Amino acid sequence: MLNIKGIWKSFGGLMALRHINFDVKEGDIKALIGPNGAGKTTLLNIISGIYQPDKGEVSFLGKNISNLPSTKIARKGISRTFQHVELFGNMTVLENIMVGRYVKTKAGFFSSGLKMPYVMKEEKEIQRKSEEILEYINLTQRKNELASNLPIGEQRILEIGRALATEPRLLLLDEPAAGLNIRETRNLGEIIKKIREELKITIVLVEHDMDLVMRISDWITVLNFGEIIAEGTPLEVQKNPEVIVAYLGDEEEIQRGYNAHT
Amino acid sequence: MKKGDLLVFFIFIFLIGLLPVLSGSTYTMTVGIFSGINALVAIGLCILMGYAGQVSLGQAGFYGIGAYVSAFLSLHFGLPVVVSLIFAMIVGAIAAVILAVPALRLKGHYLAVATLGFGEIIYIILNEWGPGGPSGFGDIPHFSLLGHTITSTTGYFYLIWCLVAGVMLFSLNLIHSRSGRALRAIHDSELASNAMGLDVVVLKIKVFILSAVYASLAGGLYAHYITFISPSSFSLFYSILVLMMVIVGGITNLWGAIIGAVVITVLPELLRRFEEFDVLVYGLILTLSLMFFRKGLVPILVEKIKKLKGLAVVKH
Repeated sequence: MLNIKGIWKSFGGLMALRHINFDVKEGDIKALIGPNGAGKTTLLNIISGIYQPDKGEVSFLGKNISNLPSTKIARKGISRTFQHVELFGNMTVLENIMVGRYVKTKAGFFSSGLKMPYVMKEEKEIQRKSEEILEYINLTQRKNELASNLPIGEQRILEIGRALATEPRLLLLDEPAAGLNIRETRNLGEIIKKIREELKITIVLVEHDMDLVMRISDWITVLNFGEIIAEGTPLEVQKNPEVIVAYLGDEEEIQRGYNAHT
Repeated sequence: MKKGDLLVFFIFIFLIGLLPVLSGSTYTMTVGIFSGINALVAIGLCILMGYAGQVSLGQAGFYGIGAYVSAFLSLHFGLPVVVSLIFAMIVGAIAAVILAVPALRLKGHYLAVATLGFGEIIYIILNEWGPGGPSGFGDIPHFSLLGHTITSTTGYFYLIWCLVAGVMLFSLNLIHSRSGRALRAIHDSELASNAMGLDVVVLKIKVFILSAVYASLAGGLYAHYITFISPSSFSLFYSILVLMMVIVGGITNLWGAIIGAVVITVLPELLRRFEEFDVLVYGLILTLSLMFFRKGLVPILVEKIKKLKGLAVVKH
């Protein structure tokens, strides 16, 4: 469904991504892991059109989307959440979801101002659908609160809900478990699995919580210093020596660290 | 529109109808007319700044365009005033697009300075090339519709406030719609708005056009009411005055624009009794109100009402 071929991206002198090939099959939950600064978020930003790649091609459902702006990519069916939550803080929980319905509706300035009959009908439909999504992610009781007043765990869930409202084919989650406690993380895992199984939405997950990653992903890609160092099922990746080195340092380094300590 | 807004809207209509009956003196009506004209501009700026988060210090430019275009077309080409007003709004909209396309790449202070520059350019153009130059021109025809010409102040009062009511209704509907939510979303996070598929640039241009159309309509009405215009009414001072109205009334609430417009228009009149100190007292009141009612009059009032309601529920 998503095919990434030979992506390069640098920021000034910093090479953030080098020759990345990355494919996502329809219906999969694919995790993207790696140490801080490995280029995971950069890759997500390239897929969602926030950055343009220097070289290489991103194609989605067979179409090249490499140089489209993020608003067009969103309309093609790729939605996302953000590492640093980007909710509409001064709007209510329900309104946040309703903004997500924007791409699926069409009332303009003039017809809205005049409250044309079709606008009223559409508005009711937006409301109904949005409440349905709130119910789905279990935030109904919060619906009239300001989004910025929610605890971080619920804010992250709400961001997922807002992305769902656009009815995406592919959902990109950027560290959805950051700042969540164990119980919230488990709940998040359930929601992500539910989204894949019931809504048939393909998911790319960037995450540091290995417990969550290992539990829910079908495939894992490991990035380090802008390069892919391993790919495979959770079990394969866990055993991969290069991955262990990337995360823990090699044995000599560990030994050196140990010696320095004692 | 929400239930609360509907109730306030009916009270608002009632008050408009009532004022001329209570105090129909030419003086009251004139102050009322100016409040209404200013309210039209303020509503536009309120949507632009308070909802969509785009700053403008150039509303006087659109106001001036509206006044000059409508006055000129009706005076020199004999167009019916209603038609010339529509032309004024169209020209205002075109000017908004010309300003918005380059300026909306900018944000915050930079956008403020760009719009300020626009207002100044219009002001200079009116001075240099406007009919009559700096001294302006007169004999502008009065407003007329279907053969009825309005000349009385009470007539203008009703006309202008009916238009304010119409514009308010349109704006309230807009705010509580898909597009209104999109504007507020852009205000909160452009990054997320883009990721949700909102056409941020187009929405910004549209809201600029909307505020410009309101201001041009107000300018046109001003010209036909006063029948004499000169560039000095459309200087930077007016842009700042409108900004003041929106902020004093409460930038996050559309009703704040109307209340702010009325307060800022009426206040200097009430301060006449302080004679030479009036400007001083005016400045003092504005400073104090910004210090103590920073959110603006209407949002603070809404909070108070909500608190009272909360108390009432607790007592039960």
